[in-house]
This record gives sequence, C-alpha cells and structure tokens, in this order.
Amino acid sequence: MTGILKSREAILALAILALLALVAMRFPAFILPGNLANVLTDTSPLIILALGQMVVILTKCIDLSIAASLALCGMVAGLLNMAGVPIAVILLAVIVLGALLGAFNGLLVWKLGIPSIVVTLGTMTIYRGIIFLLTAGKWINAHQMSPEFKAFPRAMILGFPVMTWIMIAIVAIFAVLIYRTPLGRAFFAVGGNPHAAVYTGISVGRTQFAAFVISGTLAGLTGYLWVARYAVAYVDIAGGFELDVVAACVIGGVAIAGGAGSVAGAVMGALFLGIMKNALPVVGISPFAQMAISGIAILVAIAFNARSSRQKGRIILKQAEHRTVEGTA
Amino acid sequence: MLTETALAKGAEAMAPVLSFRGITKTFPGVRALDGVDLDLYAGKVTALIGENGAGKSTVVKILTGIYQPDGGTILVNGVETHFPTAQAAAKAGVTAIHQETVLFDELTVAENIFIGHAPRTRFGLIDTSAMEVEAKRLLTSIGADLDPRIRLRELGIASKHLVAIARALSIDASVVIMDEPTAALSHKEIHELYELVEKLKAQGKAILFISHKFDEIFRIADRWTVFRDGQFVGSGEIAEVTEARLVQLMVGREVDKIYPKRPARIGPPVLTVAGYSHPTEFDDIGFTLHQGEILGFYGLVGAGRSELMQALFGITRPSKGACRIDDRVMVLRGTADAISAGIVYVPEDRGRQGAVKGLPIFQNVTLPSLAKTSRSGFLRLAEEFRMTRDYTSRLDLRAASLDQDVGLLSGGNQQKVVIAKWLATRPRVIILDEPTKGIDIGSKAAVHDFMSELAAEGLAVIMVSSEIPEVLGMSDRVIVMREGRIAAEFSGDRMTPENLVRAAAGIEGEAA
Amino acid sequence: MTSTVDPMATAPGRGRNIPDRLVPGWKRALKSWEALLFAVAVAIFIANSLASPYFLDPWNLSDASFNFTEKAIIAFAMAMLIIAGEIDLSVAAIIALASTAMGLAMSAGASVPVLVLIGLATGLICGAFNGFLVAGLGLPSIVVTIGTMSLFRGIAYIVLGDGAFTGYPDAFGWFGQGYVWWVFSFELVLFMVMAVVFGLLLHATNFGRRVYVIGNNATAARFSGVRVDRIRFILFLLTGLMSGIAAICLTSRLGSTRPSIATGFELEVVTMVVLGGVNILGGSGSIPGVVIAALVMGLVTFGLGLLNVPGIVMSIIIGALLIGVIALPRLWKMART
Repeated sequence: MTGILKSREAILALAILALLALVAMRFPAFILPGNLANVLTDTSPLIILALGQMVVILTKCIDLSIAASLALCGMVAGLLNMAGVPIAVILLAVIVLGALLGAFNGLLVWKLGIPSIVVTLGTMTIYRGIIFLLTAGKWINAHQMSPEFKAFPRAMILGFPVMTWIMIAIVAIFAVLIYRTPLGRAFFAVGGNPHAAVYTGISVGRTQFAAFVISGTLAGLTGYLWVARYAVAYVDIAGGFELDVVAACVIGGVAIAGGAGSVAGAVMGALFLGIMKNALPVVGISPFAQMAISGIAILVAIAFNARSSRQKGRIILKQAEHRTVEGTA
Repeated sequence: MLTETALAKGAEAMAPVLSFRGITKTFPGVRALDGVDLDLYAGKVTALIGENGAGKSTVVKILTGIYQPDGGTILVNGVETHFPTAQAAAKAGVTAIHQETVLFDELTVAENIFIGHAPRTRFGLIDTSAMEVEAKRLLTSIGADLDPRIRLRELGIASKHLVAIARALSIDASVVIMDEPTAALSHKEIHELYELVEKLKAQGKAILFISHKFDEIFRIADRWTVFRDGQFVGSGEIAEVTEARLVQLMVGREVDKIYPKRPARIGPPVLTVAGYSHPTEFDDIGFTLHQGEILGFYGLVGAGRSELMQALFGITRPSKGACRIDDRVMVLRGTADAISAGIVYVPEDRGRQGAVKGLPIFQNVTLPSLAKTSRSGFLRLAEEFRMTRDYTSRLDLRAASLDQDVGLLSGGNQQKVVIAKWLATRPRVIILDEPTKGIDIGSKAAVHDFMSELAAEGLAVIMVSSEIPEVLGMSDRVIVMREGRIAAEFSGDRMTPENLVRAAAGIEGEAA
Repeated sequence: MTSTVDPMATAPGRGRNIPDRLVPGWKRALKSWEALLFAVAVAIFIANSLASPYFLDPWNLSDASFNFTEKAIIAFAMAMLIIAGEIDLSVAAIIALASTAMGLAMSAGASVPVLVLIGLATGLICGAFNGFLVAGLGLPSIVVTIGTMSLFRGIAYIVLGDGAFTGYPDAFGWFGQGYVWWVFSFELVLFMVMAVVFGLLLHATNFGRRVYVIGNNATAARFSGVRVDRIRFILFLLTGLMSGIAAICLTSRLGSTRPSIATGFELEVVTMVVLGGVNILGGSGSIPGVVIAALVMGLVTFGLGLLNVPGIVMSIIIGALLIGVIALPRLWKMART
C-alpha cells in the first residue's frame, strides 16, 4: 500500500505550500489571509472548469470548447441583463444554455462517434463566432450592466465572496458525484477499461455525453461569474483559457489517457496555477514570463505523472519482489 | 422436459433452467448462430465445445444481454424471456466469468465487484459500507483474503482473478457462465477453480463451461454440447462420449495426427545462451539450440518464458550474460538487430503484438522485409505481392485477397500471416510463443505439421507452450522454467508428463 | 545450409490462389474521402465564381493562396505525425519562437541566409525537444505539446514583452511576398513542392509505410523490427522544421515579429489535416486529402473575404465545415442501416 506521503495529492499539496513559502520570502504580504482569499476567488473559475474538464478527460475525451461556451454564456447573461431579466432567471438561463452547448458536443461524440478533439475543435470556433453574430462585435461594458448583476458574485458572506462559495459548493457536489454515485464510478470505468464497461451494463457513449453536459453546464455558470466579476463581455473573453484548464488537470494528476484522477488533485492543480499567476507579478517576475513558467510546470507534472503510473516490468524472480503483500504467480 | 426415466430415478427435476431454442444471430456478412439449441440444468456443468468461430462467444454475449438474438427463443424455467440489457440478464440470474478482464484498475475491489449493481442508500448514493461488507463476505467465501477497500491496481494477477470470480458471484445467479476460465491460471489456481465449480454445483446452479481443453472437460463436465460453424451439432452426457467423437463432431471429420513427428536430424549448434539474466524477470539462463531441433519450453504461467524469449528477440535488455549465433556474440539494441541476426519471434498475443489490424495482408507480411522488397527506400508493390504470394501459399492461407485487412481473418489465418511474415526474413532461429493458443483444432494440426517441416528444413525452433501434450508431442528436448530460472531439462525417455509437472511446480524427485 | 533459392518459399501443389486485389485501385479512389472532398472543393469553387466577379482573376486567386500555404506546409508534416498516432499542438508557438530568434539575429545585423538558417534551426531544436519528450521519455504528445506550446511562446514573450521586431531587410521579404514566375508566389511554389515531397515520403517510401504501421499498432510494429521511437522522433523534427519554414515565410510576409504571431494556427492546421480525411486517432489518411482540404479552406476564406464576411464568421463556417464533413458520412451510414 502506498503511504499517504507518497500519494500524488500529498505531493501536490506540498508543492503548493513550497510555492507559497517561496513567494512569502520575497513578499510576505502575499500569504496574509486577505490576500490568499483574493487569490482563491480569482482562481475559482479555473477550479470550477477544471472539475468539468476532469470528468470529460476521465472518460477518455477532451473538451476544447469550454472557454468559448463560457464566453457565449457570459455574453448571453450580459444581454439578458441589459434586457432587464432578473438575476435568478439569468443564472438559470446560463446553466441551461451551457448544458445545451455541452449536450451538442456530447451528442456528436456519443451518437456519431466523432472523436471529441475534432468535435470540440469545431464547436470552439462555432460558439465563439455566435457571440459575434449576437452582438456584431460590440462589447458590453460595466456601465451597461445593472448593479445587482455585477454585485452578486462579489457579495461577501462570512468573509468570502459569493463566487468563492459557489466554487466550494461545486467542489463538494463533485466529491459526492465522483465518489458516491454510480455515474461517478462509471466515469472511471469507462476511461479505465472501455471494452469491459459494456459487460457491466455501462454505456460508454452515454457516460461521455453526461460528462460533456456537466462540463458545459459549469462553463455556462462560470460565464456569468466571469462577466459579472470583470464587468465586461466581448467576443474574446477567456481566450485560450481552455488550455489553462487542461494544464490544471494535468498538473492535478488527471491522466490524459482517461480513467484516473481525483477531485482533490484537479482542485489543487488549479490552485497551483492560480497561485503562480497571482504570485509572479508580486515577486517581481515579469508577467510575460508567466506563460513559459506555466509551460515548464505542465511538463514537469507530466513527467511526474508518467513516472508514478509506469507499470513495473513483471516481477518474476522472487528476489526481485519488494512487496510482501502481492507477488505474481 | 421431464422424462419417465428421470421420474423413475427419483432424480431432481430434469427440466432445464435455461434453454435456447432455434436461436439465430446474424452480423453483416456472417451468420454467427444459426438456429442453435442449448440446455443448462441445475446442479450440472454443461461444456460448450466448438472451434473458434463456432459461435461460443456469441452465445455468452446473448446470455449476458450484450447482444439480442435475431430469431428463436430463450426460455428460463420454461418461460419465454428476453435479456434486453446486461442488467436484465443479471436480474434473471445469469452471471459470467469472462475471458477478458472485466475489471477497472482505478476502482476499489468492492467497487469492481459491485459496479453496475451497487447497493444504494436512501438518497440514491452508493452505500459504500454495505458494499464493502458484502464484498468481504464474497471474497472470504472463495478463499480470498483481500481488503475490499484497496484499489485494484495494487493487486497481483492472481488476486485480480479472484476479484473477477467474486464479481460473478455477487449476482445471485442460477446460471454461471465460465468462458475459458483456466487460460491464465496456475495449477494451484485451476485446482481451486474446480473446487469452486463443485461448490456451485452443490448449490444447484447451472454452469456453462466453455473450454477447449479436453482433460478439463472430461474432469468436471456432466453434459456436452457441440457447435460447428454457428450450428448445433449435438449434445449428451459426458459419461457416454469419447474425446475422439467430440473432436469429430467439432471438426466434421476425423483428425488424428495432431502431433506429427518427423525424424529429427539435429545439426550443429546455432544459438548458445549463457548466464542470461534480467533484473526482475529471469536469472542465469543457459542453453544451446541446434539446427533442425525443436526445443520446447514448458512452465507455469508467469514462469518467465515469454520474458526470456522477448529478451532474446531484443524487446527488452538483459542485464548480464551473452547470447551467440554461430559463436558470434549478439548485441541486441532492438528487434531490428535480432531480425538481422536471424532470430524471429512469433508472439503469444497475436492481436496486439503479431498482426497489424487495419492494414492489408501483404503489408503485414512484408513489414520486416521492406529493405528487401524496396529500392533505395521506395516501395515496390509488385515485389511485395510476389513475396506475399510465395509465403502465404506455402502456409495455405485462406483469405479473399492479399489486399484484405488482416483483422478480418480468423485467428488461425492471422497466425499464418504472422508466421509468413517471419519466414520471409529467412531466419535461422524461430521462436513460437504458445503458437496454437486459442486456435481451432484444424489449424492446430496445420501449425504443428508446419513446425516439423521447418525443423526438417534446417531451422532451429523454440516452442513455448503450456500444453503438456503439445510440448511432449512436438519437442525433441524440453526445458522447464520456474520462477525465472531453468528448473530442469529433459530429453528422450525422461520427457514424461509427471516430470514436467513436478519440475514446473517445484516438487522434488523424478519419476524413473 | 543456406541456398540461394529459399526452400520455404514455394512448395509444389500447395496453397490457394489468392488474388492480389479484389477491388481495383481506381474504384476505391472514387469512393474515398478524398473524392468526396474534391467534389466539395469543386462545388465551392463554382459557388464562389458565381457569387463574385473578382473571384476568377488569377492574381486574386494567387493572393488567396497566401492564406493557406503557410498552414498547409505544416499540415503535411502534421498529417504524418497524426497518422502515426501523435499530435503536435506547439507548431504555432514554434513559429513564434523561430520568428523571435530571427528578429534577434536581425537586430544583431545578420544577413538573410543566416536569418533563414536560424529560423530552420530553431524549428529543428524545438522539434527535437518535443521528440525527446515524446519518443525518448514516452510522455503523451497531446499534453506535452500543450506544455511546450506555452513554453516556446512564453520564451518569445520574455524576449519581446509587448514589443516587436521590425525592419527586416528587404531581401528577406522575398520569401513571403516574392514571385517565382507569373502568379506563382514563392509560397505557392513551396506548397506545391512540399506536397510532392511529403506525398512521396508518406505514400511511396518505407518510412511512410512504417508511419502507417505505427499508427495502426505501435506494439506490433515494435515486435516487427520497426524502430518506432526513432521514427516518432523524426516526425517531430519534421513538424518543427516545417514550422520553422512557415515562420520564415510568415515573418517575411508580415515584415515584423510579435510574440503573438500565428496565434491559433495550430488549430487551423489540425482542422486542415482532419478535414483532409486523416483519422485523428491515427492509422489512416493521405497527403492528397490534405492538399484538397487546404484548397477548400483557402477557397472558403477567400470567397467569404470577397463578400466582406468578417474573419470570425469565417471561422464559424470552417468549424461547421469540419464537423459537417465528418458527420455527414456517418449520418448517411446510420440512415441506411
């Protein structure tokens, strides 16, 4: 049995602590609770989307359209707001729209068997293009948004803004979903051994469809949060964000081949990236270096993933056995 | 169907628990099952026998709700039934231990056992504690001392197999299907499986046992049913039939010379291995192989034979030792080096390691020989077809065209393509790893025939096999491996089944 | 004893007479993806010429070619890589880094041949880095190249910040703006030459055959003496090199280097490859297909441009085209059964 210390999540937690320590050496104010809370809030969209991407990747798929879905739903939220629709309805609308966008992806993968990378490559441009069609390229600026619209995600409850609470709620729901529901277990089964899943009565396509709907729904919700928090909506918001999300998953130990990963891992992977993004300017590293450092972090994480999951060659010689629990026949 | 004899004997009700009547299943271009009948009786083991392509796996898939029959009826206790989904089959009391692993490494033992039918709490969530308790009970009942909470990937192969059995038993079944259950088991595990079968029989379950090992069939089965080419050919009591008759029904003709032996003309040594070692897979291997010889390698599954052969072929690197061809030390940095030195390897896992499905036959055959068929790196298709024609006709390949996707061929024909591929490289040494595993009996005889011819023509042949009749029937000498080492070497009169089994299992002493 | 005639090759009176091919080559070509795509290309060509009077002008068509040639030459290498079962999402970032390297050299006064050399070398080095991680260390290419994509472009950002390199020598401009003969620009000629080179490489050489084998079953390939890792490494070198060449063309055409150069190119290249009939999962596809796909994408963008359709709407159409062209045959098959 691998000890707690060797688990991937533990190592990631240590890495985060080490990162914080490094930053604190240069800029102690960074680890003040107030600042850390800000960082958490700032990273919430990434965490939420990383969870959605995680279930997609678990089922051996990938969703490159999440940033475009986010942007489209955010814009729709802004438009609805300008039309005077109440916040509660707007929230419902973005969730439903996000689910539909995800369902479209999921249907193409499930019913037509088109590989997800191709589907989401296509919908990525289609969804973002629809934003242009809706607005002819015009922006929605802060003064065009109602005060309630902008204030909702920032409203403080018990020291944290609503946005952070929403993120926490989603993390909790996901933990239950992944570990305690048949669908959650099905995600792992489908990704781990798709041929075998059929024998257990699990439909691979339907499980993948569910993953895309979840991913789309979260993208929709995050669309509103993003647009409301940054108080602006236009075609290019969150451009390239889908790659950050995939990076967060990779760093969090979600195997790109499917079938392996954890909620804690995805959350910490996103946290790691979020802290880095916030810390660099503060430590005096040019924000232009951020991209390169992200890239290195991803490569290191992948190498690490590969090493820990590499199957040892068959252990046949008795003297080569290290584990006393199980040897081979 | 109750017969007067049965009533008179006072036997338990002889009505079958589950029956197929005229079941048909068609796929595009193939009629997998053509109006077949099958009867399974409570407390009895029915062996389903047939060559590959006879329709056995289709039967399993229909019974477990994966496929729907196109015609005919399924009767459960005399009542017409359908299994539209895997869940429906499970609910009707059908469970299966499959040939392939139906397990998931990232889930826990308990989750693996109960996936698809986990117990739920009031809120619809999985009741993890109840699941783990029940899993523990099932595991203990089959003699497995495993913690249901650990992840499957931390277990060894033997334990994973036990989890698969526990999974099959987790469904309260009246019909248990076992599809080639002993294919990957050691002798000890096979023995335990037989005990499990007896236990299940005593519980009144009906068992469908699919196997092509006749010793097994005659040991544990009560009844037999034979399919051939998707059709029902016959059924009856095991006590009233002979192996020869079963084979005749399977193949449709008499097959006697399964192990053709030709007089061996053993020439000079070709391959000499000394002190060959690997950090985890084998240690201190030494032997000599001669021209014209068939050297058998016997051992239990996991003894290290395939690993040794793959190292000799350049797939893995040994840590110590030398191997020589004609006294020249071979430095193998990869398979290309082995092939140019004249060693070729026909793998056990034909689908994954041998044939490239999706590509045509001729491209498979010429793959290691492209340097010979091409000119300055450019392909010459005419040469490739010529080479392919030469070697496939020699092996009596059956295919629609040389351009056909090799994945569409039967197992036996795919094996022929793989062998043709290696013959085209003009090797000195050919290593065959379980060459007739999972192959129908007609093709088996052909492969053996062929091996003898290869030896007669001066090739040096190594045959890795786990079937004692095959090893003894074909080899001039046998080396037995155990736990990564050479346990013994036998030739002549000392090549007996008892000696082989003892050496492989590590039992001391030899029969005289 | 060895002899010149292999005794194992032919045995008298044995074996069946199996024909080489059942379906003649031309018949198969007609039913292929490439044929379908070619029909689509012809349809688009006709639609475009009806929609706008400016379409059939040779110089306009030549201008149009610029919007696909740079992506297409990368697409050829990318197609081979994808057929082998890998992917390289860092190609656009390699363009950015190569362009930045050339800009640095240019600022140091390097001559045009040196600039070209640096562009090519940067491409090769980046390709080698990718190749080392994927083929050498066995890491999955999709996430590796997402990582190197950030790394390579990130380096460009570190060097340039939000600035730019301008002032490339006039002679350098010939690659992206010059003409070889009449309407045939250097880029167009380069595209045609590369189409032939890659076409031969993939379809007529041992190397190309091995690429298909690896994409269908890398394990069996390894067990058959194919040097899988070496071939994968070379394929990444090729995508890197082609990105380097594209960087030279693009930088020369734009006359400047910004770290954001070629953003989004990688997805357009993958779109071009998949539209060309290459299976994203590996194992099948052809260079002629990619050529036709490049022309289709070029025709669509050019035609829409003449109608003053904004760029972002064009990308909707390309996205829809990608999904549509792949979905339609499947929908057709589903409707038939």
